[in-house]
Formats: sequence, structure tokens, C-alpha cells
Amino acid sequence: MNIFDKMMSLDRRWVFLFLIVVCVIAYIVPFEVPIIVEPEVRSIFNFIDTLPKGAIMFIPLDYDPGSMAELHPMTWAIVEQCWRKELKVLMTALSQNGPGMADQALRDIADSMLVEKTYNGVTYPPREIINGIDYCFLGYKPYPSMVMLAMGQNFRLPFPLDYYGVPLDSLPMMQGVNNFDDIAGAVNISGTNSTDYWISYAQGRFNFPLAIGVTGVSTAQYYPYLGSGQIFGIMGGMLGAAEYEELADNPGNAKDSMRIQLAAHLVIIGFVIIGNVGYFMNRRQKKRMQREGR
Amino acid sequence: MDFTTFLWTTFAAFLTLCTFSFLYKDNPFYKFAEHLVVGAAAGYFTIILWHNGMIPKLMYDRLDDGSPWFLYLDSSAPWYLLPAILGMLMWTRFSKNYSWISRWPLAMYIGIGAGAAVPLEMKARVNEQLVAMMAPINWSDFFGHGGFNLLDATSGLSQLLVFVGTLCALIYFFFSKAHTGVFGGMAKFGIWILMIGFGASFGFTVMARISLFINRMQYLDQQWIVAALDLGDTPNEAYHWGFPFFFYLLIAVVVGYTIIEIYRHVTSKDVTSPQ
Amino acid sequence: MKQQFPRLLVLVFGAFLLFQFFMPHEKSEWLYEYLLDWIIIIGIFALAIGIWSLIRVHVDKIKNKKIGWQYSYVTLAGLVGFIVFGFTIRNGAEWGWYFPFVLSVVGMFLMIIQAMASRAKVAMFAGLAGVFALTALLIGIFDKAFSFHFATSEGLQAYMFVHSFDFILIPIFATMFSLLAFFIASAAYRAFRARSIMATLLLLSAIIVMLRFNPYLEPVFGSYISQTSSWLMNVPNLAAQRAIVMGVGLGIVATGLKVILGIERKYMG
Repeated sequence: MNIFDKMMSLDRRWVFLFLIVVCVIAYIVPFEVPIIVEPEVRSIFNFIDTLPKGAIMFIPLDYDPGSMAELHPMTWAIVEQCWRKELKVLMTALSQNGPGMADQALRDIADSMLVEKTYNGVTYPPREIINGIDYCFLGYKPYPSMVMLAMGQNFRLPFPLDYYGVPLDSLPMMQGVNNFDDIAGAVNISGTNSTDYWISYAQGRFNFPLAIGVTGVSTAQYYPYLGSGQIFGIMGGMLGAAEYEELADNPGNAKDSMRIQLAAHLVIIGFVIIGNVGYFMNRRQKKRMQREGR
Repeated sequence: MDFTTFLWTTFAAFLTLCTFSFLYKDNPFYKFAEHLVVGAAAGYFTIILWHNGMIPKLMYDRLDDGSPWFLYLDSSAPWYLLPAILGMLMWTRFSKNYSWISRWPLAMYIGIGAGAAVPLEMKARVNEQLVAMMAPINWSDFFGHGGFNLLDATSGLSQLLVFVGTLCALIYFFFSKAHTGVFGGMAKFGIWILMIGFGASFGFTVMARISLFINRMQYLDQQWIVAALDLGDTPNEAYHWGFPFFFYLLIAVVVGYTIIEIYRHVTSKDVTSPQ
Repeated sequence: MKQQFPRLLVLVFGAFLLFQFFMPHEKSEWLYEYLLDWIIIIGIFALAIGIWSLIRVHVDKIKNKKIGWQYSYVTLAGLVGFIVFGFTIRNGAEWGWYFPFVLSVVGMFLMIIQAMASRAKVAMFAGLAGVFALTALLIGIFDKAFSFHFATSEGLQAYMFVHSFDFILIPIFATMFSLLAFFIASAAYRAFRARSIMATLLLLSAIIVMLRFNPYLEPVFGSYISQTSSWLMNVPNLAAQRAIVMGVGLGIVATGLKVILGIERKYMG
């Protein structure tokens, strides 16, 4: 086994090890990575930023803990922005473990609203967030596509009660709010294929402004909808979340993790290069040996 | 942070490390965590289905007059018994003789699902995309807005490339005609476009996966170790070594593993590394 | 009845939904709303099947002593524990006998399974299950520290329910998925070879996207990397994905029509 063979067939656990060490070092060493904001993220921010006070922003959260790393920061940044701007937030969770994630996010963000903060030069006073006035969390129902069609008729059809068991009619925020006609726009933050349903069934049938925040894995596949104007923005993975945090001037886990991300990418690219160098040198050597053999 | 929360976060950190131990190899700790989460998720979902499904949909109306137990039997909407019965018929799946009955509610769902999907998917995935594909090309800014810029995604050239690329990629998926001649050339261009697309997808996938790991590091540090540092009313010196402790532990494990691996490689020349 | 009736149902409901989309009318809207409501109710029962299957699989594993059967107890205990958490809430600051109660319920459940699974000593396990059941019952009746809520949703905000989700479910799920970081690194290293033009294109576009936010390349490349990456996403990627989206869309429509017309019958099992 020569050096090039070895370069091509390192034990995978060496790769793991090196990746862990680099990530840990990058985590400990403080440095910052500039975030370049793409227009597809900026359009979401601008949309929410220009909404009038009291408008209802619909934020369906369809993700499980498995993709929380990328999507929780988006939820955090968007919901906090909405609440600081005194918009109302309407939420659903149509994935199996989604209700718990949404419930956790709501609790945590409501806590952080109790502190005075300055974003983009504007100081927002502390505010207590009240269920039923500032937000309404509708909860979970099975069969996402059917739930969306039913919500298009009336939110009360699939969700007579909200997640906490309160009738929708008794919530001040939901007075006169019947279906998608009464919301200003929607940002679907999703780690499952329910984004497809939101585009085809909800936006497709009821025509409201929809943007999406998806995991990196599925970011690329939603660009056609951006090009055709069916959605007005995409946040893709941790990078999208970091861009949003940058725009909202609310740095959190996503922005902080970009430096580790960068280091990890360099490691992976390095390994790809090692593998390729090994491959080409090996091929050349074999060709030479064949020639000499003849 | 109170002591109870510290215990919770420590337990969570323990479960995190249990799961990470799979990176070395499968072991009882990982198996424990894996089996626990499967059961816990099922239990969680049961509760969600009950409180978010059964109660609002089948029992809610009964709550007002205080008799929640017999689904709609004496309610104002007795016809809701029908979907409940249909739903229960799904459970005949477990019987050998009567499993055919479960096809009825299933057929109802499939019928409704298919009927709803056909026009909406046609509209969202095909018609709207075709309309977008055939948008007029911006000839005046063919090489970029305001000067020559090939990397302008909205220039006429890019629009043309999107059109040609989509067409060629569609041709690549069209197998009813042999891929030869001009048609073959277009199919070849189509697959190039597809490959670039998949590459971009892959780049994003790598980013997604790495960020999941970073999130766990952040969790261990911010939630567990920092939480341990800040015990609120009962500051405890003993917790102060918590922060470096984890990283030292990690590095010790890593170094130990490295030494064992090197030792193995040295002692047995012909050992084939596990893939 | 076994074959024809389900096909008829699919045809009738499918055709109705199609008709309703193109010709919405007050009357058809009325029926449409009922159907959407009902299908969600059917879904609740249908998804509960999954949970029951999980229980069956693990009981079966214990019964037949399949590999790793001991861990099935963990799964079942987690399941029962979570269900108990979701139906009980604490009334005050005191826990009282809550945890002995939870343990008794879990113990009772595991003993019932053990009694079903074991060929000998059935009476012993059944007896133990009885003891646990009695303990749980007594605590449940006499302990005022916690109460049961089956018909209202307080359980969703119960301390143990919320904390178990936050500190058991989230860390394990998130970590299990984060293991993929390592496997994708290893896979990239192993499989990413510039063997042909197509593989090279794939490799190059992946690397450019991965370098999208690298500030250390700016002195060399300027902002070209991020611009190229953005262009890659919005032009070639968009073209490729648009072809796929359209292909998938046509596939869904064709399958849907085949299902409605009864040509495609795989769903009948």
C-alpha cells in the first residue's frame, strides 16, 4: 500500500476525529465571519418589516427536533421581529413533534421579550406577550394537506380549539379572523415535505404571500418556486438563518455557528482534495506501471 | 438556574453524549438512547393526538354540558359518529379475516387526497412553472444590468440559460426517444445542468449536516456547562471546572482512541480498516 | 364488497373533489367542508395505528427474545411514562407521591407485557402487575398533589411533559441527526472523485456553494465566490430543479388520475 492508496482509504473514524477537533477548536477560538445577505432572505425581512402594527403574520412551524439546529434560529429571529414590531403571530405545527418545538420557541421568545432590546438602532421597550392577544398557537392535526385546505375555508374547521384547549372564538386575536384572507402573509418554517403542501395546496389555492425557511438539504429544490413568484423568499439552512439574524440585528446561534461551519467546510473540502489527489496520482502510477509492463 | 434545571440539562447532556458514542461504534449507551427516544416519541405523539386531535374534534362540544365521555352520542351533531366509526374501522387492519374493511376509510382518504391533489399539483408544479419558464427574455440587459456581468442572475443571458437548461433537463428525462444526434446533445447538456444543480444541493446538504453537529456543541456548552457555571443562589465552586471538563474529556477520549488505533495499525499489518 | 366498494369510494370522492375545485358552489362547499373535517378525524385514528404497531413490535421482540430485546423495555417504559405525564398535572408546588405513581404505572405495564411474554411464571408477573396496579390506584385516589386530566388539554403544559420533551426527546433526536455530519464528511471524502466531466461539475458546484461565506478567500477572488454561488443557485440549479418539479408534478397528476379511475390499486394492499 503506497501513500496514495492510503490517502484514498483513511479509516472513516480519522475523518470523524479530525472534524470534531477542528470544530471544537473553531468553537473555542473567537472570530467572526461576515454574513453576505442574499436577496431571497432580504425580501422576507422587508416584507415583515413593512407590515402595519396589528397585522397577523402566519408562521406554520413544521419541524422536528432533528432539524431544529437550522430552523429554531429562524423561528426565533422572525417571531421576535414580529413581536417587537407589534404584529400578531398565528402558528400551527403540522409535523409529529412540531407542537413541542413551537411551544418551546414561544415560551423562550416570550421570555426574551421581557427585556429591553435595540435592533437596527431602534430601541424596543420590554413587553409581556400574552397568549390570545399577541399570538395564537393552533397546534397539530393529522394529514397536513387536508388541514391546509380546511384552514382555507376557516381556521375553526380543523382547529376548533387552540393547542392549549381554548376555543378560538374566545381569543381576542382571532375575532374576525377566519381564513387565509385575513392574514398579512405566511412564512413556513419546515423540516419536512409539508413545504410542498404549503406551496401547492395553501398558496396554490388561496393565493396569499408565502415565504419559506427550510433545511439546507431541501433548499435547492425550492428555487423554482422563487423564480416563478409562488414564494417571495427562501431562507436556506443555517446560512439563511444567519442572514436573517444579521438583517434583524439579532445575532444568535446561527450567526455564531457560521465560523464553525466555515472551519468544518474547509476540513471537508480538504478531505475531498486529499481523496482526489490520491485518486489521480494512483491512476497515473497505475498507467505508468501498465506502460512499463508492456 | 436552579438545581433541578441543572439536573435536567445534565441528563440531556448525558443522553447527547450517549448518542454521540455511536461514532466510535454501536454500544449499549447508544442503544439505550435510541430505544428511549422511539418510545418517548410515540408516547408524546399519543398525547398530542389525544389532546390536539380527539378532544377538539370529537369531544369538545360535550365539554360544555359536562359529559365528555360518549363521543357526540347525545350531541347536536350525531353524524360525527360516522367518521369516528370509519376511523375505528382502520383498526381492522390487525385482523386477518376483516382487514379488508380497513380499505373503506383508506379509500375515502385516497379518493379525497387524489381528487384534491390533481388540480392543485397541476397548477403549482406544472402550469405556474411553465408560465415562469416562458417569461419574456430581457434583451436590453442581456449581459447583466448596467454593464457586463455574467454572474447577474436576472440578466437576459441567465434567463435564456434557465429556459434552455430546463428544456434540456426535461429532454434528459424523456426516454421515449433515443438520445442521439441533436436530441442527444441537448440531453447531455441537460444532465450537465442537473449535475450542477445536484452539486449545489450537495453543498447545502453538507452545510445542513454540519450545522446539526454545531448545534449540539452549542447545546453542551451554552445549556449545560454555562448553566452549571451559573447556579444562581447556590454558587458552587465544584461546577467551575465544568466548562473545560467537557472539552478535556472529549480530547482525552479522542487521544485515547488515536493511540489505540495507532497501536492496532502497528501491531497488525494486514488489518483492514472498517469502512 | 372487498374490491369493488373501495374503488367506488375512491372514484366518487375523487371525482367530487375534482368537480368541487372547478365548480365551487354553496352546496358542494358544504359537503367539501364536512369531508375535510371528517378526513382529519379518520386521520387521528389512522395515525394511532402506528403507535399500536410499535407496541406490538416491541412486545413481540420481548416474547421471542430477539436480538436486543432488553432494550424494548426501555422503549415501552418511555412510551408509558410519556403518556402518564401527558394526562397528569401537579396541583401545587409539592410532588407528593407522583413519581412512585408513575413508576407503578410503568411497572404495571411492563409486568403485564412480561406476563404475556413469559411461558413460565405467568402467575408471578400477573401478581406483580396487580400489586403495581393497586399501588398506582391507591396513590391516584388518595394523593391530592396531582390530578388527572383526560378531557381537557392541561396535560400539554404539565411540568414533566414539557421537560421530558425538552430534555429527553430533543437532545437525542437532535444528536442522532447530527451524527450525519460525520457520515456526510466521510462520504464526501470517499465518493467525491473527479472521474468524469459530470462528476467534476458536481464537485465544483458543491465546493463553490460550500465556500459561499468564506471571508479569507476575498483577497484572492473578491466577491466572485459568493456571486457565483448565488448565480449557481438561481440559474443552473433553478433550471435543473424546475425540470424535476415539473416531472414530479406530472407524475403526481398521472398517479392521481390513475387512482381515481381505479387503474392504480396498490393502496388496497
